[in-house]
Amino acid sequence: MGKVKVHRTTPSLDMTPMVDLGFLLVTFFMLTATAAPDEPLTVDMPSSVSEIKLPETDILTISISKDGKVFFNMDGKYNRQTLLQRMGEHYGIPFSDAELARFSVMSTFGVPVQNLKELLAMNSEQRKNLEQPGIPVDSLNNQLKDWIIYSRMSNPKLRIAIKGDQDSNYPVVEKVMNTLIDNNVNRFNLITNLERGS
Amino acid sequence: MAEVSQGGGGGSKDGKVRAKKASTKIDMTPMVDLAFLLLTFFMLTTTFNKPQTMEITMPEKPRGEEKLPEVNEKKVITLILGDDDKVYWYHGITDPKIELTDFSKNGVRKLLMQKNSEIPGMIILIKPSKESRYKNVVDILDEMNITNMQRYAMVKITPTDEELVKESNL
Repeated sequence: MGKVKVHRTTPSLDMTPMVDLGFLLVTFFMLTATAAPDEPLTVDMPSSVSEIKLPETDILTISISKDGKVFFNMDGKYNRQTLLQRMGEHYGIPFSDAELARFSVMSTFGVPVQNLKELLAMNSEQRKNLEQPGIPVDSLNNQLKDWIIYSRMSNPKLRIAIKGDQDSNYPVVEKVMNTLIDNNVNRFNLITNLERGS
Repeated sequence: MAEVSQGGGGGSKDGKVRAKKASTKIDMTPMVDLAFLLLTFFMLTTTFNKPQTMEITMPEKPRGEEKLPEVNEKKVITLILGDDDKVYWYHGITDPKIELTDFSKNGVRKLLMQKNSEIPGMIILIKPSKESRYKNVVDILDEMNITNMQRYAMVKITPTDEELVKESNL
């Protein structure tokens, strides 16, 4: 007489669907993720009720810091190379190929074009610690104007956005806006945060 | 945790020797751990909110002899953005009576709504003073959007306006 054995089920479950889903999500997030670039300044943007999203490509960003310094950034690797080349020709500063390549992967910067070579020679750690003086926008030495002219030449589809700190003084913003208007850029974007319930 | 591989269980009773079948199941636990670790990492580092933007179109610079359009002063409301988030405003141009308001709901928004119904074809001139901050400019443009104002312009502040603000002591 055999004893009736209790059939023991193994405590296993099929994890395959879960793993499938897991990897699907991993893939999704990996592909949609964009690494946040190192920014030399933090901008606390004002809020507005506007819900227009900023396009992702062909954007020229002019950042204005709290203490009124002006920073410049443009996307597009190849456009950046042609931009710097033309700027170099205009100011009589020859940039080497290596420098052009380094400039093309750099993010926002805020130094006069004369000091750009030094900035490009730095590594990212040094760059982070450097206090950047901002791009000159005075009427006598308006380098921002040239940056705008040459970047529009290298990328005609460019849209211009101003990313100002909410505490920056209006005269600086006015200078930047006037520079834009002087160059027949009458339409531009002001980057803002979405207003949180008042 | 996932798979507890079972032992062979010994030979069967009838004495036949069977080829030992290797389990085709793999322990997936470490892989799953890694997958979810990565998933968590990417989920936390992804920023979904793209920045908002406000489109603004400035008038072209008048060239040479081109004249700026003239408007009836009775239709003009001037807003001067001062320091400390103050907004000074007056109606008309000759002998203006300057008053003070702010960016709250009952401040400039109410004023604009009220004036808009009183004055047909109202024109708003926004004059940010040197003391005003960028935030004020964005806020006032935002108010224009909210109250659906059709005709407004950003104008450079004049010395007369600065005098008015100083004299008003508001």
